Amino acid sequence: MILQSIAFILGTTLMYATPLIYTSLGGTISENSGVVNIGLEGIMFMGAFIGAAVGFYTHSGWIGFLAAGVVGGLFGLLHAVACITFTADQVVSGIAINFLGPGFALLLCRLTFDGAAMTVPLPLDEKISRPLNGLFEQNSFFDMIFNRYSTVYLAFILVFLMWFLLYKTRLGLRIRAVGEHPEAAATLGINVYKIRYFSVIMSGVLSGFGGAAMSIAIVSQFRVTLISGQGFIALAAMIFGRWKPQGAMWACLLFGLANGIVIFMPRTGLDISSQLLSMLPYVLTLILLVVFVGKAIAPSADGEIYEKH
Amino acid sequence: MKKLSILFTAMLALMVVSCNKPKEAAAPAEEPKQVEKTVSVTMVTDVGGVNDQSFNQSAWEGLQKAKADFGIDVSYKESKQNADYAPNMEIALDSDNDLIWGIGFMMADAIMEAAQNNPDQKYAIIDNAYENTPENVVGVVFEAEQCSYLVGYIAGRMTQTGKVGFIGGIEFFLIQEFEYGFKAGVKQAGADIEVLSQYAESFSDAAKGKSIANSMYQQGADIIFHAAGGVGNGLIEAAKEQGKWAIGVDRDQSSLAPENVLTSAMKRVDNGIYNLSKDLADGKFPGGKTVSYGLAENGVGIAPTSSKHVPADILAEVEKLEEMIIDGAFVVPNTAETVEAYTPVEL
Repeated sequence: MILQSIAFILGTTLMYATPLIYTSLGGTISENSGVVNIGLEGIMFMGAFIGAAVGFYTHSGWIGFLAAGVVGGLFGLLHAVACITFTADQVVSGIAINFLGPGFALLLCRLTFDGAAMTVPLPLDEKISRPLNGLFEQNSFFDMIFNRYSTVYLAFILVFLMWFLLYKTRLGLRIRAVGEHPEAAATLGINVYKIRYFSVIMSGVLSGFGGAAMSIAIVSQFRVTLISGQGFIALAAMIFGRWKPQGAMWACLLFGLANGIVIFMPRTGLDISSQLLSMLPYVLTLILLVVFVGKAIAPSADGEIYEKH
Repeated sequence: MKKLSILFTAMLALMVVSCNKPKEAAAPAEEPKQVEKTVSVTMVTDVGGVNDQSFNQSAWEGLQKAKADFGIDVSYKESKQNADYAPNMEIALDSDNDLIWGIGFMMADAIMEAAQNNPDQKYAIIDNAYENTPENVVGVVFEAEQCSYLVGYIAGRMTQTGKVGFIGGIEFFLIQEFEYGFKAGVKQAGADIEVLSQYAESFSDAAKGKSIANSMYQQGADIIFHAAGGVGNGLIEAAKEQGKWAIGVDRDQSSLAPENVLTSAMKRVDNGIYNLSKDLADGKFPGGKTVSYGLAENGVGIAPTSSKHVPADILAEVEKLEEMIIDGAFVVPNTAETVEAYTPVEL
């Protein structure tokens, strides 16, 4: 019984954290290059719609997932054009994207799905695959934890790749250099614009994945209310994770764990009001992070406009 | 450069806003006032918009049916956010309508304020009962416990594990009526059937709905009913993955997962709107009151697709219960105490 409970909580943790991990990785790469991207929420929204719509029309969750990444990348490009080439205020541009994403997704949804504000659900076998489905007995210990959609495993692979990219490759070193001191990096011959363009577009791609991980893995359709705040939670997770991919991952997992515990609570027979319980993930995450995580230091040129002289 | 960029972002924002502009519905133009003027009715949606596959859409279908059946003028205004309610009320007022509908309890305050400022204009609202209803307002509520009772009975009769579940959105009286009606229905089917019940405290968090559903299925429940909007999406997904039953709400949700949605507890907002608009056209507008629509008025009911998965003998029993409720043989409980006190009726 105790094992069952642990398995349920861990499984829920993984499910909850996955879309957040993608998006927070997007935030991580963008901000390491010195560009604040608060448009993550809007891009996730767009990714959720594109993933579900393309998945529905092509009968393939994977094509939908990739399409969500591509469209997310285009939104990243938009942000990059606004705040790298046109040196717009990064926060203002991000806010614009947070309006643009949902508005545009809804418009497209109504155009392509007979005016409905949601897409037609994908059948199970057209969604993203569950590689370990059927390997364990239904609702057994391992089944509850590991019978997850591929997007869950991919998220962890991407965390590793992002860590490798940022800390073990030349490109990563350049990204971080540009985020710390763009003028100094430029004097060494690094093309600051190019590096920042790359990073911001990547952040769009990853946020698009995050949205699709929600719409075609956790559920099977896009709805107007599907993305409601996950982008901002991912942004916060990235900051709590000190702008590091592994830190962001732990923060997302922590938030997922808190949710898992809250959903499990009523099974213990404790009579706590559900309103109080639903506050808990946020309170718990805050407390744990304040207690265990020290001062968070952003890349020093984060949010600063760079113009070549 | 910087100015240019601010302009650029501002334009982006504007583009979005203009995309979202509420559709200017076929507003009655400045016709010369005739003695025999057609009755015109308009509705203002809440934030879901008119194609929300839920009660706003249902409301608009009701108005269109009323238009087809007795030739009234109909139109709608969509709200994108709570702040749109008051301006939309003004637009509706200016376009000279006989009756203005507010769809959803979220508009209760906006309707009340508009009604007090314009005592000559008639208003009606879905899902809200005011304590003191002004003479120019009608509140329309649905007896959700009745349809929940019927699906509860179906769940109770069809469970093989002796355990069923209920997932609520946000815990307040409108949603609790579903819970208590459902519990009473299950009790009617068998006194020893356990009902697991949990609230998500959200109408949008699909991941939470899915986890709660998984949790209930793991505890042995095999049929789960929801009254939780977008949260219920997660339930239906969990039912698909686990090969279990889900029961939909508000509309016939069978299309979301034809093999796993057993039935749906339907709230016929369309019929409510239709009935009251008819009363208006007949000159019998019940101002100053709260009208309550139940099974008898076709205000609630179970989904027509239920016969796909529910055996005919159980449906026959459901029909019998339905008749008994309509005849007033018993009252469906809608509070914790009345469910406790409920004793199954003779079929």
